[in-house]
Amino acid sequence: MTPTRRRRMFIVGAIVLGVGVAVTLGLRGMQESMLYFLSPTEVLAGAATDGRDFRLGGMVRKGSVERRAGDMEMSFDVTDYENTITVRYTGVTPALFGEGQGVIAIGTMEDNNIFRAKEVLAKHDENYMPVEVADMLAQQGKAEDEAPASTAN
Amino acid sequence: MIPEIGQLSLIVALCLAVAQGVFPLVGAQMGKPAWVAVAIPAAAGHAVFIAISFAALAWSFLDNDFSVWYVAMNSNTELPIMYRFAAVWGGHEGSLLLWVLLLALWALAVAGFSRGIPVLLRARILGVMGLISTGFIMFVLFTSNPFLRLFPAAANGNDLNPLLQDPAMAFHPPLLYTGYVGFSVAFAFAVAAMLSGSIDRQWARWARPWTTSAWMFLTAGIVLGSWWAYYELGWGGWWFWDPVENASFMPWLLGTALIHSLAVTEKRGLFKSVTLLLAIGAFSLSLLGTFLVRSGVLVSVHAFASDPTRGLFILVYLAVVIGGALSLYAWRAPGLDREVGFKPFSRETFMLLNNILLAAAAGLILLGTLYPLVLDAMNLGKISVGPPYFETVFIIPMLPLILMIGIGMHTVWRSASATAVLRRLRAAILVTVLAGVLIPVFIWGWNSLLTLVGFVAGTWLIVSSLFDPVRRMMGTGPRITRGMAGMQMAHLGLGLCVLGITATTSFNIETDQRIALGESVVVGDYTIEFESTQMVTGPNYQAIRADMAVSKAGHPVTVLHPEKRIYNVQTSPMTEAAIDSRLYRDLFIAMGDDLGDGSWSFRIQYKPLISFLWLGSFVMTLGGLVAITDRRYRSAARSTDSAPEQAARANAG
Repeated sequence: MTPTRRRRMFIVGAIVLGVGVAVTLGLRGMQESMLYFLSPTEVLAGAATDGRDFRLGGMVRKGSVERRAGDMEMSFDVTDYENTITVRYTGVTPALFGEGQGVIAIGTMEDNNIFRAKEVLAKHDENYMPVEVADMLAQQGKAEDEAPASTAN
Repeated sequence: MIPEIGQLSLIVALCLAVAQGVFPLVGAQMGKPAWVAVAIPAAAGHAVFIAISFAALAWSFLDNDFSVWYVAMNSNTELPIMYRFAAVWGGHEGSLLLWVLLLALWALAVAGFSRGIPVLLRARILGVMGLISTGFIMFVLFTSNPFLRLFPAAANGNDLNPLLQDPAMAFHPPLLYTGYVGFSVAFAFAVAAMLSGSIDRQWARWARPWTTSAWMFLTAGIVLGSWWAYYELGWGGWWFWDPVENASFMPWLLGTALIHSLAVTEKRGLFKSVTLLLAIGAFSLSLLGTFLVRSGVLVSVHAFASDPTRGLFILVYLAVVIGGALSLYAWRAPGLDREVGFKPFSRETFMLLNNILLAAAAGLILLGTLYPLVLDAMNLGKISVGPPYFETVFIIPMLPLILMIGIGMHTVWRSASATAVLRRLRAAILVTVLAGVLIPVFIWGWNSLLTLVGFVAGTWLIVSSLFDPVRRMMGTGPRITRGMAGMQMAHLGLGLCVLGITATTSFNIETDQRIALGESVVVGDYTIEFESTQMVTGPNYQAIRADMAVSKAGHPVTVLHPEKRIYNVQTSPMTEAAIDSRLYRDLFIAMGDDLGDGSWSFRIQYKPLISFLWLGSFVMTLGGLVAITDRRYRSAARSTDSAPEQAARANAG
């Protein structure tokens, strides 16, 4: 082998090895950190049975936010206007959280069909709707009547 | 009238952009000097008319002209004047206009500061930038016109999203965009070189300061965004691996690789095809970032479907720019690289590994960013790829890279002896191991192996960056050029960042606490007392403000005032966190909810060394600035160096 060729082999070998290791680890990491986004209807249809965390999205049903005075534990209903799931959460809610607003909660279903949220997300687009929630409602044809639709600005 | 002037100027600018794109490129190819000479006047005119157009939009904002749809959507009479100006780029249309303006200004800079560059190369560079601008202005005019009138005019505007009403809004987007757009210069250099078919070391020397400048702006822009997220948007988080953040980080990674690759091309005439590919890649990712983020496509393909013209235009534009450049590359690249030998242990090898690792990190981040989009487009379900993925795929290439940087900096070109380098660095290695292990364990105690590795890596970067400057001060080291000093500063800054990231992720305390008025909680070494609340009236908001007295071991430290604001127009609540920032730690308090019985929930965080992250990024950016002031770029502008001079500098930067 000429030195040039040996160098090329070295470089190609390093690239192949590096990319291989990186992709393997990357895909494994992806499997573990992938979160599905589900609507209450999908959850009740049995889409979240494996006990893994997922993202529950929908609107906070009006009049459903309950909190005992002086307690950080709270509950609220997330609805896609077809089905509703009660969410329990302990902690600080994001500033834009409110009744009639879109919300995404990360957590799992408990046995009693209550969603235990680890995190309630504050991220909204310019129209105060999480994009996934806006999409979901738009696909159900609910966008015009009940929910403020999200447009691509 | 003013908006129409803006619109008209944009159309004139489009014509000039076409002229700037077509005449110099065709002229350079066909050998017509008169056509080539169009480049500079066209670039100047283009910049002037874009500036007029931008000024017209800014005027409409300052003048509260709510007959302009875009102004009505993003501003309000109550909005403080500074935010009225920043609101120009508060939405999709205006931010694209800002993009075009910055592109025109970069082109103007190329026209003005490139006297040493051969006329044909400069004409081609300006030509490519003209074509990029042509596509962009068309996109603005046909799909995202900020000057559209609203009839009848709105009585008042919709206001700027309260999230964006922050001083950072005035600086973050322009800086970030200046960085994004700046890579168009490197891209244009690459395309121009491929069109001419020749690429030499002189070319790389000309391209380097431009690339480094763009990189500086991008670095500053990203960090400012991260800092903004930290104190305003993110409840104390500073990086979320959010698609928007990734979109700016990927070009940064490739841009960093490009800077290093250009150094090899300049010093050794090697890696030419890699350099070209990285230049194309960095700008392509910048384009992808701009479009996908600003058009909402990255977060939802359905947003894309709801506006097919925009989506189609973006796809065609990306295909033409990226596809065109890559085709040119496929045609020209095979003949470029000369066979010049270098040994497996040499600076070249370290640079190559650096490029591979940075590109791998960018690729894996791209995979994680686009994967949910692809699945969604194929109706395979909505998923999101969380931070654990990105953290894993980012750390894996970065840790070996960081350890290698310290050695690579001290190796020479062509062939080096590993044992000699390690022997020379043994004092540095000893200091690193002692300081990197003992200091953190002494301060915070044992945490985990990864924490330890992080501290050692950060310390190693700092120590190895300071190695030559310290030896120089002791009178035993080599002379340090501006280029080398810039490189050392950038690596030093990176080391500070690594320390900051390691400490703040390992020893961060984050807690949601219920606190009643007059009561206190203990977080780490600190006692925080909720003293009182008061109502505050801001220029365009009402707020409730808490007074939180912080003390440590009985000694008062500070009083923090987190706020919860309600903005008058959009009636949306915002939390305004209060931060007590010291070099060695930040204390962060954000107000949560009124719990009804006189108590509130608060999010309290203790973040050790987070200021190292901002400080390190600042040092890194400054390093770029020092590097571009190196004398050889100025002398390169006048004449090509003599051979001995080049040989004398062969080991620099």
